[in-house]
Amino acid sequence: MSTPPFWLLAELTYRCPLQCPYCSNPIEISQIKDELDTETWFRVMAEARKLGAVQLGFSGGEPLVRDDLIELVAEGRQLGYYTNLITSGIGMSAAKIAALKEAGLDHIQVSFQASDAELNDFFAGSKKAFAQKIAMAKEIKRQGYPMVLNFVLHRQNIDHVDRILDLSAELQADYVELANTQYYGWAFHNREQLLPSRQQLQDAEAVVQYYREKFGERMKIIFVVPDYYENRPKRCMNGWGNIFLTITPDGTALPCHSARQLPLQFPNVRDWSIADIWRDSPGFNWFRGDTWMREPCRTCPEKEKDLGGCRCQAFMLTGDASNADPVCDKSPHHQRISEVVAKAQLTDGRIQPLLFRNWQNSKELIASRGGEEV
Amino acid sequence: MTDSVSLQMGWIPHINAHFRLQWEDAQQAYVLLYPEGMIKLNFSGGEILSLCDGDITIQDIIDELKRRFPEAENLEQDVLEFLSVAFEKRWLVHD
Repeated sequence: MSTPPFWLLAELTYRCPLQCPYCSNPIEISQIKDELDTETWFRVMAEARKLGAVQLGFSGGEPLVRDDLIELVAEGRQLGYYTNLITSGIGMSAAKIAALKEAGLDHIQVSFQASDAELNDFFAGSKKAFAQKIAMAKEIKRQGYPMVLNFVLHRQNIDHVDRILDLSAELQADYVELANTQYYGWAFHNREQLLPSRQQLQDAEAVVQYYREKFGERMKIIFVVPDYYENRPKRCMNGWGNIFLTITPDGTALPCHSARQLPLQFPNVRDWSIADIWRDSPGFNWFRGDTWMREPCRTCPEKEKDLGGCRCQAFMLTGDASNADPVCDKSPHHQRISEVVAKAQLTDGRIQPLLFRNWQNSKELIASRGGEEV
Repeated sequence: MTDSVSLQMGWIPHINAHFRLQWEDAQQAYVLLYPEGMIKLNFSGGEILSLCDGDITIQDIIDELKRRFPEAENLEQDVLEFLSVAFEKRWLVHD
């Protein structure tokens, strides 16, 4: 038995004008070109809505590069979804914001890389990004949308959480997501350059607490903790195939946006209906329930709480997706986390240059791994 | 943390534009939708919020609910408590 999906995340494209090195998209972005067409997205949205999905996120890559975005939003809204646009703000204009509103868009989330132009534009890999984001955030509020600002935190910007929250208040954000980098995709590749120290994290948490008391309900602050500093794993996606459904640009259906890397077969919406994908596909059923668990999870009194953690993290760090998430200090592989954490406490470590997320780097990385096909 | 609210019976409440109230068949309930989230309302919460349409006062809402549910005890007090929370959480605003 499965619950209905709650979230449909439509990753419309992997194309993006920015090159953030903490992107959770797969390294293989340059290999995935065959994007779903408008009609197929319409069908996907209708079928997921019929199953009970309520939240619809348009994401990517940068969803604004899709020419049919306004049509997709209008269809989503008309189906009864709460429609969320998750964007960098690049490629946006006042006219486009108005057209999206007309189409029924409910909310816009704008990502920032930092609270100042220099660091923001370095991480974005674009010289004009910050100014454009500021202008668009103001326009989004002027047109009456609820606005979420998203800042991905890492060791190079986490010390600026106070400035980040001041900027967010100035821009009249309704919600601010301070999302510590999750180490998947490009972020995993750049992990040593991104993971903050424990001290940095504790300082940031204290600042967040101060601002939460200051702003209360006016500006809600969501702080996503970096699980590398926990000793129990996160309840990843609130359970495998439980509430979350991602459709990638080429139509692959996934229980989370990182699952493509797992050695499982995931169905494609070109061949399967959403109901069959959700209820019956082997990929979505693989880690439902707890029969797949090994020790130490199988007999762990906390297994219902965290469900063994993240399958992708288990796979990336132990080579087997059925193992306990090594964030857990009961995992025999926990040192794979603690070694990286120990390194992050050194302030004078020699830091490799960041690898930026772009087509060239994607191709070179794939070639260096022996050109495996995706 | 939250801004305290003292209700007045003449207020005309309506749903904050940053939320959307909607009946969900799959949930068999009214839900409040907001960026990336959802609050599922219980039966009485759904009945109350669905009357907060920007046309009628709190007094009218209570009168209407009394007509619909004549057997309910402490109805007025329960409605006022719920509304007070709804204003605090900014689900509702008033003219």
